[in-house]
Amino acid sequence: MQDAPVFGVVLFYTTSAVLRAEKKLAGSGLAVKLIPTPRQLSSDCGLALRFDWSQAGRVRALLEAAQLEFQAVKRIGG
Amino acid sequence: MIYLDHAATSWPKPVEVIRALTDFLAQAGGNPGRSGHRLSIAAARTVYEAREAVAELFNAIDPLRVIFTLNATHAINLALNGLLKPGDHVVTSGIEHNSVMRPLRALEKRGVRLTVIRCKPDGSINMPDVAQALEPGVRMVVVNHASNVMGTILPVAQIAAVAHRAGALVLVDAAQTAGAFPIDIDAMDIDLLAFTGHKGLQGPPGIGGLVLGHRVEAAEIEPLVRGGTGSGSESESQPEALPDKLESGTGNGPGAAGLGAGVRWVMTRGIDAIRAYEIELTRALMEGLGRIPGVTVYGPDDARQRAAIVSFTVSGQRVSDLGLILDEEFEILCRMGLHCAPAAHRTMGTFPEGTIRFAPGLSTTIDDVQAAIEAVAQILARRRPAKQN
Repeated sequence: MQDAPVFGVVLFYTTSAVLRAEKKLAGSGLAVKLIPTPRQLSSDCGLALRFDWSQAGRVRALLEAAQLEFQAVKRIGG
Repeated sequence: MIYLDHAATSWPKPVEVIRALTDFLAQAGGNPGRSGHRLSIAAARTVYEAREAVAELFNAIDPLRVIFTLNATHAINLALNGLLKPGDHVVTSGIEHNSVMRPLRALEKRGVRLTVIRCKPDGSINMPDVAQALEPGVRMVVVNHASNVMGTILPVAQIAAVAHRAGALVLVDAAQTAGAFPIDIDAMDIDLLAFTGHKGLQGPPGIGGLVLGHRVEAAEIEPLVRGGTGSGSESESQPEALPDKLESGTGNGPGAAGLGAGVRWVMTRGIDAIRAYEIELTRALMEGLGRIPGVTVYGPDDARQRAAIVSFTVSGQRVSDLGLILDEEFEILCRMGLHCAPAAHRTMGTFPEGTIRFAPGLSTTIDDVQAAIEAVAQILARRRPAKQN
């Protein structure tokens, strides 16, 4: 039996920042998806970036290296 | 018909721009950044891509520091009202548009100190005069990149260097030059660049922007308008993050789509090629008009020292009469009068009568320019007496 997928989300302060990060992460070969921000996590910005939790370290490293400000990286599901 | 009013707005717009507008309205029609569904995301992407295109064109550090506004006037008002406080000292030139002068005069009434540097009659500025005006403690220097009346280009990079030595921020009004001149906010060291989308950038009216350089902190600039941004919705205080802090309410999505397409069109065509072509048109206009007896052409003698703008007067002929004849008989469309820039007309000695302004653009051909020169010559050859009432 396969485990339910575990996702992470990156939260941002603005939609523009979500889109800027999406370009950066997708451009680096990561599978990311724009989703409505899960309400339990934040009400700050309407969109968040979802990714496979196994990539959390890489996501953080890429965003920090590119100096792309984000609010938080959080784990959801699983 | 010959359209010589590109300095007021470029026309016609590239088909790519028109398509971007209709695509946005027909396909990406959600509210950018407000909802999480696919149409909202598609709209947000289009707006973001326009930010990216603008940032690339001006070599801005970050697309999030491209703030969309209604137009250059709105961007200038945001920069001036957002940063200047009573007691601050601001310096500007003697050839500014009312988009700069009116908000500055209003700020002056609220306690901002204003110094206007006198320019020469051709609109050019003496750098020693700039240095003299820039006493320590000046908060901001505001200059247009090129005059909308005589086309005169101001040495923005040189002015910025002097301004920064005095500790001032530099706001550049690029209404007449964005899309037609190479503008690199990093190399020219511009702190605030105000532009409009509907002139050289070939976009629709109703969209422009303010690009913030690295010296401007998000925390120090106050918004003109506060309201919903789609972000920080739990709070009744304006968010601090850019661009949302300075962009409240639903923005002009189709405008941003059109602007993005216009900027990409300009980059594909190449700024250097655009500039070279406009110099050629401007030079032909200046030479042709200058050869007609009774015509006075204003501004710098060298076409390379001006934007694609040629202002002139005709002895014994009201500019309004000439403009009407050009339109009605020759189908030549131009702008006459004061061009919303009384300061510039005072500087060149054409206040309050004003001038006729021929402003060619990318849809103008050399044949158009020659036809316009010929029309002016024909009108003068009639030797119509001026009405004196």
